[in-house]
Amino acid sequence: MAATNRTSPYRPLALGNRAQEFLIKLSANLLLAGGAVAIIIPFLFMLSLALKDATQIRSDPLSIIPRSPITAEVNGEKLPLYEVAIDGTKHQMALLKNAPGKKGVFVDPADPDQTYTFLLADQKPLYHIDIHLENFREALTSQPFGKYFLNTMTITFVGGFGMLLSCTFVAYGFSRFRARWLDVLFLLLLSTIMLPSQVRLIPIYVLFQKIGWIDTLLPLIVPAFFANAYDVFMLRQFFKTIPFELDDAAKIDGASSIQTMVYVMLPQARPAILAVAIFHFLYAWNDFYEPLIFLHSQKNWTMAVGLQTFNALYAINTHLIMAASIVMIIPPIVLFFMAQKVFTQGVVFRGFKG
Amino acid sequence: MLKHSRLSLRQREALTGYLYISPWIVGFLIFTIGPMFASLYYSFTDYDIISPPVWNNFANYKKIFSGIFEALITHDSSKLGDPIFWQSLKVTLTYAVLALPLGLIVGFFLAVLLNQKIPFVNLWRTIYFLPSVIAGVAVALLWGRIFNPRVGILNPIIEAVLHVKGPGWLADPKWAVPSLVIMGLWGVGGGMIIYLAGLQGVPTDFYDAAKVDGANLYQRFIHITLPMMTPVIFYNLVLGMIGTFQYFTEVYVITNGQGGPVRSTLFYNLYLYQNAFRYNHMGYAATMAWILFIIVLVLTLLVFRSSEVWVYYEGELRGRE
Repeated sequence: MAATNRTSPYRPLALGNRAQEFLIKLSANLLLAGGAVAIIIPFLFMLSLALKDATQIRSDPLSIIPRSPITAEVNGEKLPLYEVAIDGTKHQMALLKNAPGKKGVFVDPADPDQTYTFLLADQKPLYHIDIHLENFREALTSQPFGKYFLNTMTITFVGGFGMLLSCTFVAYGFSRFRARWLDVLFLLLLSTIMLPSQVRLIPIYVLFQKIGWIDTLLPLIVPAFFANAYDVFMLRQFFKTIPFELDDAAKIDGASSIQTMVYVMLPQARPAILAVAIFHFLYAWNDFYEPLIFLHSQKNWTMAVGLQTFNALYAINTHLIMAASIVMIIPPIVLFFMAQKVFTQGVVFRGFKG
Repeated sequence: MLKHSRLSLRQREALTGYLYISPWIVGFLIFTIGPMFASLYYSFTDYDIISPPVWNNFANYKKIFSGIFEALITHDSSKLGDPIFWQSLKVTLTYAVLALPLGLIVGFFLAVLLNQKIPFVNLWRTIYFLPSVIAGVAVALLWGRIFNPRVGILNPIIEAVLHVKGPGWLADPKWAVPSLVIMGLWGVGGGMIIYLAGLQGVPTDFYDAAKVDGANLYQRFIHITLPMMTPVIFYNLVLGMIGTFQYFTEVYVITNGQGGPVRSTLFYNLYLYQNAFRYNHMGYAATMAWILFIIVLVLTLLVFRSSEVWVYYEGELRGRE
């Protein structure tokens, strides 16, 4: 293989070139596979932690599969079992105690009077799989996660409805009408993407406090009804690709602009609306900053705030924290797999170029 | 609705257009422009949200900027009016310098690799994109455990593979920010997916023509892929930069809102949050917000300026809406 790579610098052979490209592609894809493993390991680790108990996490951190040592009862004491090789045959023996020189004193549970001393490192401890599904129940009942879930869903869906409603109207306005200031206003809208939200945050907080909305879900829902730059931009780019002839035909048939929007544009724009809705769900579900600022009492918290507080209080219970974290990431992951095409085919992001 | 016969067709169209975008205009006035001016005003006041704001001239700004020169000359940060402010800026910039280029490069190369015709390409894309779907509290909690010297898996793996002792990661002030960079790299799929969309928009004719001309893989990459992708790189750079200055959730969750150890992860936005909602220094927080705004504005303008040199707009793209 390598020999074919050595081609004349003046006239590269077609085969040599191809072999070289093949090698480059092969190594690149091996790298890709390696990276994929690195991406997956944290997920496995998370699941593993959520299924272990505190002892397993402490004493057996490297095993992805939750397991516990098999024990045998010797003289009324529970001792860990090992597979011990004596003269080529394997025996199951219990470890009685450690001996100096990294050795262990073993006994045969069937014959507890005779002890054997072996190097500990040579013997294989025996494990059985030991999964703690009850972690999930314990985690979810130790905090009002049901209430958190309900609050998050309310914010996500009512806000999502408001976002879709307002953004559709605004995007339609920006894509289908000619007016002097529309282009300027559209640029203004786009520039808000680059505005750090902190510069508006404090007065908005003060405003919500004055009208008594702090510690209610309203600050997280109501602003969604006033459209936002990202979603308007995405929808507007998509609307632009729908032929104007369709509008004209509708107009000739006597449709008003609202009717045109609802009956002509929206059916055409289904993929874009779906994409915007999914992105809003992910955003609202994962959002932590705004719920942290606006929601103060526990009964109003979202999943994100509740989970963070759960960790702040019980960080030592890694298994419970990870169980609750898994519950939190399940809805986005399920949604992701349901709408996989939207993401991996990149349909949605077409609008961003140019 | 708008059947005033006095209005021309043109005017009616314009009015209807404005009417459609009115939800955004109202929202823009209430939630953007109004608050922006209000926070500019607050930035010149002492405001604890309980009693009305008190004008204090430039005291907040003076506190931040006083003593810079003395501190620069003597290398003594205690000369600064608010050393913590500068610490938070330093943390944020350090993170930006590490995370931005790394994220851009890794995301881009992943997208190039995942744009090939290879087996299971959708499976690969799914795996790489998955972490960015769950970004937030759960991810931070998970990585807090991965980095943990007691229960984590990272150091045992490092010890097994490289036979060296791993660092203290998030517990070590020197390693805390790099740890967050590594954690951020796990979510690189978010940027990758945008590159991927851009790559799918590069006409295959270009590659075919280049192959006919005898261009090899590397030449095709340098002369077609890279220039065609500069607008997307530019887009990801600008948004990544703005995102970095707003970095908050991960560090709040991992450090319980403290920014520790010894303020080594006290990001700008976290310090702003502490001022506003922990110490009730709303005026000072507003000052920080405006300085943040100006930093982001200047950096964005610089990147925009530089884009004339390195961002390539194909004629067809420029003409398109």
